[in-house]
Amino acid sequence: MMLSKGLKRKREEDEEGKEALAVDTWWLDPGHPAMAQAPPAMASSSLFDLSVLKLHHSLRQSEPDLQHLVLVVNTLWRIQTCMALTAALPPMPSLPTAPGIADNLLASSDASLSASMASLLEDLSHIEGLSQAPQPLVDEGPPGRPTGGAPPSLGALDLLGPATGCLLDDGLEGLFEDTDTSVYDSELWAPASEGHKSSPEDGPGKEEAPELDEAELDYLMDVLVGIQALERPPGPGR
Amino acid sequence: MEEPEQGFAAGRHTCRPGILPGPTRVSSPQDDTWNWCVYLGHTMVLQPSERHYGDWNHRRLGPWCSPTGSPAPLSCETGCGEGSWILVCRLLVPTQVSLLSMEEDIDTRKINNSFLRDHSYATEADIISTVEFNHTGELLATGDKGGRVVIFQREQESKNQVHRRGEYNVYSTFQSHEPEFDYLKSLEIEEKINKIRWLPQQNAAYFLLSTNDKTVKLWKVSERDKRPEGYNLKDEEGRLRDPATITTLRVPVLRPMDLMVEATPRRVFANAHTYHINSISVNSDYETYMSADDLRINLWNFEITNQSFNIVDIKPANMEELTEVITAAEFHPHHCNTFVYSSSKGTIRLCDMRASALCDRHTKFFEEPEDPSNRSFFSEIISSISDVKFSHSGRYIMTRDYLTVKVWDLNMENRPIETYQVHDYLRSKLCSLYENDCIFDKFECVWNGSDSVIMTGSYNNFFRMFDRNTKRDVTLEASRENSKPRAILKPRKVCVGGKRRKDEISVDSLDFSKKILHTAWHPSENIIAVAATNNLYIFQDKVN
Repeated sequence: MMLSKGLKRKREEDEEGKEALAVDTWWLDPGHPAMAQAPPAMASSSLFDLSVLKLHHSLRQSEPDLQHLVLVVNTLWRIQTCMALTAALPPMPSLPTAPGIADNLLASSDASLSASMASLLEDLSHIEGLSQAPQPLVDEGPPGRPTGGAPPSLGALDLLGPATGCLLDDGLEGLFEDTDTSVYDSELWAPASEGHKSSPEDGPGKEEAPELDEAELDYLMDVLVGIQALERPPGPGR
Repeated sequence: MEEPEQGFAAGRHTCRPGILPGPTRVSSPQDDTWNWCVYLGHTMVLQPSERHYGDWNHRRLGPWCSPTGSPAPLSCETGCGEGSWILVCRLLVPTQVSLLSMEEDIDTRKINNSFLRDHSYATEADIISTVEFNHTGELLATGDKGGRVVIFQREQESKNQVHRRGEYNVYSTFQSHEPEFDYLKSLEIEEKINKIRWLPQQNAAYFLLSTNDKTVKLWKVSERDKRPEGYNLKDEEGRLRDPATITTLRVPVLRPMDLMVEATPRRVFANAHTYHINSISVNSDYETYMSADDLRINLWNFEITNQSFNIVDIKPANMEELTEVITAAEFHPHHCNTFVYSSSKGTIRLCDMRASALCDRHTKFFEEPEDPSNRSFFSEIISSISDVKFSHSGRYIMTRDYLTVKVWDLNMENRPIETYQVHDYLRSKLCSLYENDCIFDKFECVWNGSDSVIMTGSYNNFFRMFDRNTKRDVTLEASRENSKPRAILKPRKVCVGGKRRKDEISVDSLDFSKKILHTAWHPSENIIAVAATNNLYIFQDKVN
């Protein structure tokens, strides 16, 4: 219930069988008044460009307005889906889960559309959109929660988060190609032991569990963002 | 004493800072001399600080204006020597202009009018970002983008002038937050005051919470009207005396002095929010309060600044899954275990802290199903709730989304009991409003003291009131041109199509840069405060 995946429940949900499969797809309905207002393809594409511009601008901020960002991304997703479908594509198979449908739509979407969007996202992906602050001294509550196994609903959001897996795995070596990272490798990833001299990147002396948890990843991402931010001129600010 | 040239403030005098609309003659109570104070419109003049006014704002200096209207720089860099003035430029337009100064000199009115129309001295730092009455309505606090807090106090009603109800004058000004720089993330933290919340008064001092994006501060505002005199180790100017010269001892006595209002920061609650704080709310136990950012809500104890409890956390483990943020939060006015928070998806969750320490599971979930005939690409954006407020009774909550205000009964989760259209004529303009980002504007909403009327702002400096009982609504405008002191506000109307009547305004003529986001209603009387960009308007019910 906490995070609905961008879909609202329908007004009438009295049919049991439909409830589990209820997916908000009003934009698929060509008879819908909103769709009938303007030539859908034209309106959608200019809105799409506008939304991408907004997203781009928002991510370029040194600290994006999270609400603005989320709303723009969600809107972009709606527009993109609509555009993909109005580009005369083969009908997508119906799947039981909403994220599954989302994935399928992306998969079956127009090749050039998704390619251009993917390349745009790739260009933007070097911008760390939402870095985490250094771990505050207070307890923040349970560090993680099960994701429920749902795949990401939109690739654009990859660049929103620390994307801990991909950046660390692939990018770390790239960032520090000619730097000896053995100190970081051994200090940060190994369980804490008393003999180790604390590295400069250590947090504010907080005791951490031996295994790497989200808090440490957040902090590491923050350090990397700090380095990246220093390398490029600061944005125009809010 | 020779009369100084009009337009110059010379010498020093002791006066209580206030808003006076134009050149004013003020007499010094000490020696009965008098001086002119020139104001830039409604500039607040501070007393030169041979006394220490540690919290007065020395930094934002405005241009000094001679009566002819041409600005001249004021050399304040020389500091606070005796006889010099420290000027703070602040443009405020209260509708209750102090008649005292107007009556004194006729020719000041002409200068006054030209100041009023002159907007060129408004700076972005003066944009008001929050307005809040205290629990008795005696005080009204405003916060602005420059991190300043200005507190107004209602003057005591005099028996002689019964027809004049108490007016609000400046009581205290202080710099609450400064711009900060986060070196690790290489970004600036804005000093803009997002919210102010008063604590109920428990002694002679007043306490309020003010917050910017990251840090909450507890301020104490207190009066001092006595000062000690007759120190042994210090002379009258405060300089240390040579102990060898002291031959007698005396007991210092407290002597009355001119009233001084000082604001001191008592607590700083920092480093607990990764994202931007959008709300703070004082609990009815008066011992705790909460602060909410985009993804988390923390509970604080007023006495403890280095620790807070996280009570709501909607941050997904994988940020790729983020589709919803927290937009506002508030404690129940009577039940100290209950609070609500709203989201960018138009939902409200009511949580009970007794149920569990981490209130991720809500007790109630309020959401109105989407109207299929009104769907568009922007449905989600316009459903995002920008403000949520409990009624004074605690029975209802009111939410503001982009086009409507809704009243919900706590006992009914599936739909609101009342929906009021604020500016439905904008529904066909959503695309343009998305383009210019106006669709993301966050309007606030307020209840009146008896929960019978609700008020919210709109564009073109319009604000709207809805009477819940009679179902009548009215649109009013907060603007200088239309508001002479004591003038009665005329209802406004937006023409949505067809023939436009003489006094109506068409949708296309609306000024979207003039937005009223922040309003406040006196807790028991019909006095409202409306912030229009950098101007504050205070309106009262017509007195019979």
